[in-house]
Order: sequence, then C-alpha cells, then structure tokens
Amino acid sequence: MAVPSYATRGERIWYYLFRVICAAIFLFLVGPLLVIIPLSFNSEPYFTFTDSMLALKPEGYSLRWYQEFFTSSAWLNAIKNSVIIAIASTFLATILGTTAALGLSSRNMPFRNTIMALLISPLIVPLIISAAAMFFFFSRINLTQTYLGVILAHTALGIPFVVITVTATLSSFDHSLTRASASLGAGPVRTFFKVILPLVTPGVVSGALFAFITSFDEVVVVLFVSGPEQRTIPIQMWSGIREQISPTILAVATMMVTLSILLLTTLELLRRRSERLRGLSPG
Amino acid sequence: MTQNDMGQAPVLTTADGLPLKTSLMRTTRRHRIRAFLLVAPLLLFLVVAFVLPILDMLKRSIENPEVHNHMSRTVEALEGWDGESIPDEPVFAALVQDLVEGGEARTIGTVASRLNYEASGMRSLIMKTSRRAGRIEEGPYKAAVIDIDEDWADVDTWRLIERESDPFTLSYYLSAVDMRYDAEGNIVDQPDYLKIHNALFIRTFWMSAAITGLCLVLGYPIAFLLANTPLRYSNLLMILVLLPFWTSLLVRTTTWIAILQQQGVLNDLLVGIGLISTDNRLQMIYNKTGTMVAMTHILLPFMILPLYSVMKTIPPHYMHAARSLGARPFLAFRRVYFPLTIPGIGAGSILVFILSIGYYITPALVGGQSGIFITNFIAYHMQTSLNWGLAAAIASILLFVVIAFYLVYNRVIGVDNVKLG
Amino acid sequence: MKSMKLTTGKTLAGIVGLSLAAAAAQADTLNIVSWGGAYTASQQKAYHEPWMEQTGDEIVNIDRSANGLAGLRAQAQAGNITWDLVDMLPANAMIACDEGLIEPIDHDTLLKAAPDGTPPTEDFIDGSLTECFIPQIVYSNVIGFNSDAFPEDNQPFLMEDVFDVENFPGKRALQKAPINNLEWALVADGVPVEDVYDVLETEEGVQRAFAKLDTIKDHVIWWEEGAQPPQLLADGEVAFASAYNGRLFNAAVNEGQPFEIIWDNQVFELDGWVVPVGKMDKVRDYLEFATDTQRLADQAKYISYGPARESSAARVSTHAETGVDMKPHMPTYGPNFATAIQKNDAFWADYGDELSQRFNAWLAR
Repeated sequence: MAVPSYATRGERIWYYLFRVICAAIFLFLVGPLLVIIPLSFNSEPYFTFTDSMLALKPEGYSLRWYQEFFTSSAWLNAIKNSVIIAIASTFLATILGTTAALGLSSRNMPFRNTIMALLISPLIVPLIISAAAMFFFFSRINLTQTYLGVILAHTALGIPFVVITVTATLSSFDHSLTRASASLGAGPVRTFFKVILPLVTPGVVSGALFAFITSFDEVVVVLFVSGPEQRTIPIQMWSGIREQISPTILAVATMMVTLSILLLTTLELLRRRSERLRGLSPG
Repeated sequence: MTQNDMGQAPVLTTADGLPLKTSLMRTTRRHRIRAFLLVAPLLLFLVVAFVLPILDMLKRSIENPEVHNHMSRTVEALEGWDGESIPDEPVFAALVQDLVEGGEARTIGTVASRLNYEASGMRSLIMKTSRRAGRIEEGPYKAAVIDIDEDWADVDTWRLIERESDPFTLSYYLSAVDMRYDAEGNIVDQPDYLKIHNALFIRTFWMSAAITGLCLVLGYPIAFLLANTPLRYSNLLMILVLLPFWTSLLVRTTTWIAILQQQGVLNDLLVGIGLISTDNRLQMIYNKTGTMVAMTHILLPFMILPLYSVMKTIPPHYMHAARSLGARPFLAFRRVYFPLTIPGIGAGSILVFILSIGYYITPALVGGQSGIFITNFIAYHMQTSLNWGLAAAIASILLFVVIAFYLVYNRVIGVDNVKLG
Repeated sequence: MKSMKLTTGKTLAGIVGLSLAAAAAQADTLNIVSWGGAYTASQQKAYHEPWMEQTGDEIVNIDRSANGLAGLRAQAQAGNITWDLVDMLPANAMIACDEGLIEPIDHDTLLKAAPDGTPPTEDFIDGSLTECFIPQIVYSNVIGFNSDAFPEDNQPFLMEDVFDVENFPGKRALQKAPINNLEWALVADGVPVEDVYDVLETEEGVQRAFAKLDTIKDHVIWWEEGAQPPQLLADGEVAFASAYNGRLFNAAVNEGQPFEIIWDNQVFELDGWVVPVGKMDKVRDYLEFATDTQRLADQAKYISYGPARESSAARVSTHAETGVDMKPHMPTYGPNFATAIQKNDAFWADYGDELSQRFNAWLAR
C-alpha cells in the first residue's frame, strides 16, 4: 500500500496520517501488556514507576515479586490446580471433540447443522450464565467443590474450540487420499494412523491448545463451581485484585504474557506446517 | 441416472448377489450410523454437563415449591376462599398443623425465606407463629393464632400465601424487570426506590453498543491496513493483534488497573508533564470509563479478525478501477470498498456485542459503581442476597437476548464460519 | 494432601485416588469453615493447634464464611455435606437454623461450665445463645481513620464527624451493604441509639437514613472485602474507613500504621459456631474444647475481639507478639462501649432483603 505516484498532496497527508492513527491503535492494543513487564520488577510495593526506576538505577529494580510468587504456597498450589484441571479437561475435550469432528465431517451425518449449533453453544452462552446453571445443577448432583465438577465444566467450555478447529482441518481434507491408501492395500486402522492422523494432527493440537488456554484462563465458572481446594491461578489473581493489589500480580501477569507469546508461536508454526502438508502454501 | 434408465437396464448386483441400489443404501445407512456414533459420546457429555444445567436453571426461575409443599394443608383449606375476608376456622386449624409440623421438621424456614422476598416481615411472622403454635392445645385456632400476631387478621397476608401456593410463579421474572404483584395480585411497577434491574439491563445494552462502536472505529483501520499490506509485514502486524487476544483476561484487566488508577502510570505521566496537578488526578477507573476502555481493549481483536477476513477477499483492483473512472479516493472508498465490507462489519459487531453483554469479570473489577453490568447482579443474587430464583430469572432473560442475537449472527454469517485467529 | 504430587500423565487416576484418600481420612479430619486472614489465624493458634496436638486430628481451614449460608444451602440440597463446623454471624445462623441446615444445640449439656461452675447459659453474654448458635467473640464494626489525615488539634472522635465533610474532608470507605451504614446515618442525624431500629422500621426512618447518606455519597468509596479498608487507609486513598475493629487493630499494632478507631456508635455483634446437620457427633468434643473459658480467653491474645464468655473476659491479657494490653482494644471495654449499638439480627432477617435492594437502587442512582 505505498503512495501511488499520482497521489495528490492531500492524499499524501492522509496516507501518513492513516499510518499514525494505526500506530496509535497498535499502541493501545499492545502497549498495556508492555507497560506491566518493567513494573513487575519494581523493588517497591507500588503499582507505578518509581523515581529510581525512571532514572534506570539498578536499586529501583528487583526480582522480589517473583521471589514472593515462587515462595508462596498459595500461588504454587494454584499453579498445581490450574495445571491439573487444564490438562484433564483438555484431554477429555480433545478426545470427545476430535471423535465428534470425524463424525461431523462425514457427508452422511444426520442433523448436522443442529448438532453443530449445539456443540458450539458453550462458546455462545455468556460464562456467567453457564456458571450459574452449572452451579445450580452441580449442587443437585453433588459436583460442586470437587475437581471432577470443575474439570467437567471446563471440558464443556473447551469442546467448541476442538470441534471448530478439527472440522475446519477435515473440511479441507482430501478424501481421495484415504481411497489411495486403501487401494494400496492399507487397512482402515493403518490408513487412520498413517494418513489421516498426520494430516489432522495440527488441527487437533491447535484445538487442544485453545481448550487448554480456555481452562487455564477461566475464572467465572471456577468462581462458582469450585471449592477452596480447587483454587486456580485466575481465582488467586481475582481475589488478589479485589482485596489488595500487590506487584506479585504483575509478576504473574508478566509470566502469563510470556506464556501466551510461546503459545502463539506454537500455533503459528502449527498453522504453517498444516498448510505445507495440505499443499496450500509453498512452505 | 433416471428411474426410467433403471427400469430398462439389467439390475446391477454386487458380488454377494444384492442389488447395487440396496447395497449402496445399506452402506449409506451404515455410514450414517457410524457418523452418528462418533458424535454420540460428545452429545451425551454436553447434554449432561451443559444442556441439563441450562434447563435446570430455566426451571428454577419459575419454580415455587416452598408454600405448595410445606403448607399443603393450609393451601388445600384455602381453596374456595373468597379472597375478601379473613379465612375461617378450618384454614387456621390447617395453618397451625402445618406450622407445628414444619417447625419440627425444620422445613418451615424455607417458606419464611420465600415469603419474605415478597413482603418484608413475613419471615418473623411465620417463624414466630411456628414456634408458638405448638402451645395451642385446642381450638378455636383462629383467635389463638391472631393472638400470636395480628398480621394473621390482615387479608393481605392470606392473599400472599394463596398467590404463592402455586408450584410455579412469575414472581422472579417480575422482580427481574422491576415489577411485582400488589396485594390484590395485579402486576404493578416496583416503587421507584426499589427499581434497579431495568436500569442495569439498559446500561448493559447501551454500554455494549458503545463498546461495539468503539471497537469498530478502532478495528476498521487496523483490519484495512492488515488486508492491504504485503503478507510478510501483515503477518508481523497480525501478531500484535493476536497477542492481546491470547493473553489472559485477568492479566489484561490488571494492566488497565495499573495504568488508569489514580496513583497509576497514566496519571503519573500527566502530572509529570504538568498537564494536571497532583491533587486533581483523573478518576479513569472504577467507573464507566474504566469498563469502556478495558472492554474495548479486550474485545477489539474480535472485531478486527472478522473484518480482516472479509477485506482480504476484496480484490484491490476494484478501488483502482473506481479511481481510474475518476472517483476521488473518499468517494471510491465510500461507494465501492465500504459496501463490500458490510458483512464483516455485521459479523464483527454482533460478535462483539454478544460477548460484551455477557461480560462479568471486567466490569466487576474496574466498573466500580457506575460501570457494572446486569451480569454483576446475577452474581450478586447468587452469592450475596442468596435469591437464587431471581438470579436464575435474570440469567434466563439475558440468555434469551443472547440467543436472539446469535440467531441473527447465524443468519448473517453461519456457525460454520466461526474463525479462531 | 501429600498424594497431590502428581505427574501430569496420572492426573485422572490421582484425582480419584485423592478423593478416596480424603474419604478414608474422614475419621480424624475436621473441615472448619471460617473468615480467613487474621481471624482464622487467631483460631488456629488458640483452638486448632492445641486440639491437633492433644488428639492428633487434622484440621483443614476453609475460608468460606463470607458465603457460608450459600454453601450450606448448596450442600444440603446436594445431600452431601462436607463442612463439619462453620463460623457464622447470628443473623445468618438464624436463617440456617429455621431452614433446618444446622443442628439445634443444647448449650448446657454440650458446653463446659465455667471454672467456678457457672453453667454456660449463665456464663455466655446475655441473650447470645440462640437455638443453633454458639458464640465465640464479640466483634465490632467501627469507623477507623488515618490520624495523619487530620491536624493534631482536629482529630475526629464522634460519628457525626464522619458525616461532616466540611470539617473533616477526605474520602470515606464504607461497606457496600445497608447494614451498619443505615444505623450510623440515623444516629449521626440525631436519633438516639436505643431508637435506631424502631425508626428504621418506618418508611420515614428509612428515607431519613438514606437522606443522611446522600450528604456524603459523593465522598464514599464502597468496599466489599474485609481486607480492603485497612489497605485503603494505608494507601491514603481514604481518610475514614468502616472496618472490623480487629483488622484495624492488627494493622495498627502489627504494622505500625497510624490508625485510630472512633468507638462512638460502634455496631457490635457476635460471631460463633454452627454445626451443619448430621455433623454433631463428629465435632462435639472439639466444640466442647474450643469454647471453654481458657480457649476463648486465649483467642484474645491474637486479635482484639472480646470473648463471648464472662468468665473468659477476666482472663484477657496481653497481645501475644507485642505485649500490648488487649483490654482497651476490646469492643466491650467500658469507655469504648458507652454509645454502642447492638446489631438487631431479627430486624435484619426481616428487612435485609428489601433494604439491600433499596440500597443497591440508591447506589445506582
């Protein structure tokens, strides 16, 4: 989108103005995430830049809040709970979701649209409503304040992501490949593992990543369904923000931003691999 | 192949002698069953973990079992009551029996809690009478009960009990929209000093609309830039959009607290460059501004991504053609490019709006008094006022609204086209 | 909880194992629900630790009292109650008792007599023993202020001062609930302490209370968590804050904050134990131990709440860490108590629903 040579003066001004506006919006998008990173190394218990930080003096900075985080049993316990719950629900959501996606992508699937709408619904219904509903129902069947209850809830929330990503991968799947495999003498099992699975894997993995991050970041449902034994990182952050906001939260936030950068990179690599395998891009 | 051809041609058969048509139909049916069986476990799971809870919540919003179950004798005795005068002796006898039995079984407290939602003071009336009714040895009960508390001689008390004796009620829904039954059973507005939910529904909708508008204004240029920049740059810029999208909601909310609070980064900056004095630090958080800024930031990627995917499909030479036909850039944009992006605007706007009206965490943390949404009152009634029926009713209303918008969304863009990053 | 060190691959199996382990250990593990923070810490020191040492039982603290009634209702509905003992306010205990969620208590058979033989019904503060409730402490809702916020010759000490934004400028942090605020508004408006609840029962009285609150509404920051007010005072965000007196004491004594308490028109009430239905046999011995004269007196070494037994009051000594004399910091200490308002639980049980809604509507305006 370079300035064409025939552009008038006004157009040139607009062209640069537009760039400036876009830069400002990008700053709005990413700036806040960057601001908290230096703040988390504050040596004082403040939520803003101190004079010694601005003067770039080393004594203005410290790892004190990271140390606080890694020596706090409450936070460590929260990490453990978050990981247990996220892994278990991702596992369930991925298995159930992938199996269902295989069925949904079949041309012979009855009531396809209705079922699809139902499977997507946990994504559409606002979390506070799901949380209220699950709290009411789970307390009837004694699942509140249990790991199982939280895991089931998070599985339900993660399923739409797995279904969407895997069906998307399968929709561009070339079915002649399975026939080719069969005509070359491979049985259905061998075909599945040698042909279908490698092609679908990127979709499954990115669906699983979505499910994982959904569970890892989820706070509303846990707030209602979990008990004190199932405190997760988001719950710990939530009560930290509500009660007394200390820079430990910023240290956690910084680590979470780093985690999302890693996840984003992984997803991008997966997407490229998937496109290459399907021959959509020249690699 | 038409029917006619089939009739004339010799019937094709498979190796085991079955007609090909039958065999194909069987295979199709087998495939259908297999496809369905693959989906079945997930369907079953979602029904148990998601659909049943939602249905249960809908049921709870109209359920009214307390009086019906725990004062059944009184309810039965009240049948045929004229509703105008104080009931007669048999009703009072039944009342005493219900209250004594309910007191012993400790079930009468739920009735007391339920009726107290409708009229303050019913709790102590029921509990006091229940405790003392045991001492009434014999009739006439009417005089004895009225002696315990003369509210039993008030027709309105009895009208309330009769009205709430139905196992299902609309009371919670009325309460959710700031209405109530009056003593005669007519539906009337709540007095002004008790009105709260309607104002919150309205605030939720207009603030969500404003947030959607802000997202559109900020998202459109970004999507345009991404769609019209060479791939190797746009991929890099896309990461700047996706990074906040992938960052924890709580982290993003926290950052806005750090930036906007009175002792925060932005106020410090403004004081530092001398724009405001330190005594006049701006209140930018714990009010509407806080909610708007934080939610616009959080929802912006949901606007950019659908816009981008639509703009990506608009060939650049459309604009070139318009220009070469003499249109000034603004006219070319308005008459050619903009109309083509309307589907993206529709999809992004509905998506952002749906997500926004259901947000709970961000308004709760940065909304203060003036920036909270109706969702915060669902949580309030769940956890603090403990009026679960009312929480269920408000949640159900919100659910219906969301489903309505979802159907519109589905019409405009289709569920299958939900894209994730 | 040792079985919690799981490898990720064995997560599911681990969870199943964990719940089995929890079931097996049920015999000597007590799940006790309380308020968390400094308050649970004082119970841990005064009751739990000596009990665990004596019996080998394990006590698990659950910080859930703020949602205690909701939790009891949910568990009772599910038919599986996991809490063994709950720390609760008397108004909620009354509702839970009426709804059959907690056990009725025969105080004289269950609890220990005072060392001089006075039976519990006479030893506990008058009228504090209700059907399902065993009080532990008297605590108080007070207004604290940061003494740095005002010149030395003009320090506030009356409830009227809190409502006087001209002579005592600065933000006020108040709890986001009608309870206490309506009472304070009325007494600051000149209603005598003993008439407060009679006036609040009338429509004019409620209007009068809200009208008084209107005069400071623009100067109020509303708090929701007990930990917030000391924090807001310490940060200088507010000049006054309503708070539980123990939290202010802890911030002042343990952290050296310049906080002072306005004892004028403190709203005091009790806090105590309730037993969820079916748990009486399990917690009987512990309850007998934890509510005896010495244990209640011991708790006052760690937090400035007054013991609910008269025989314990005489044994209140000094703060365990700093040696500060605890008596003048107790809500029940003579000079502090002169203009105190006793919270009327029956009133709030009846009018709480409606006044909360009215309060929220008022806030939203």
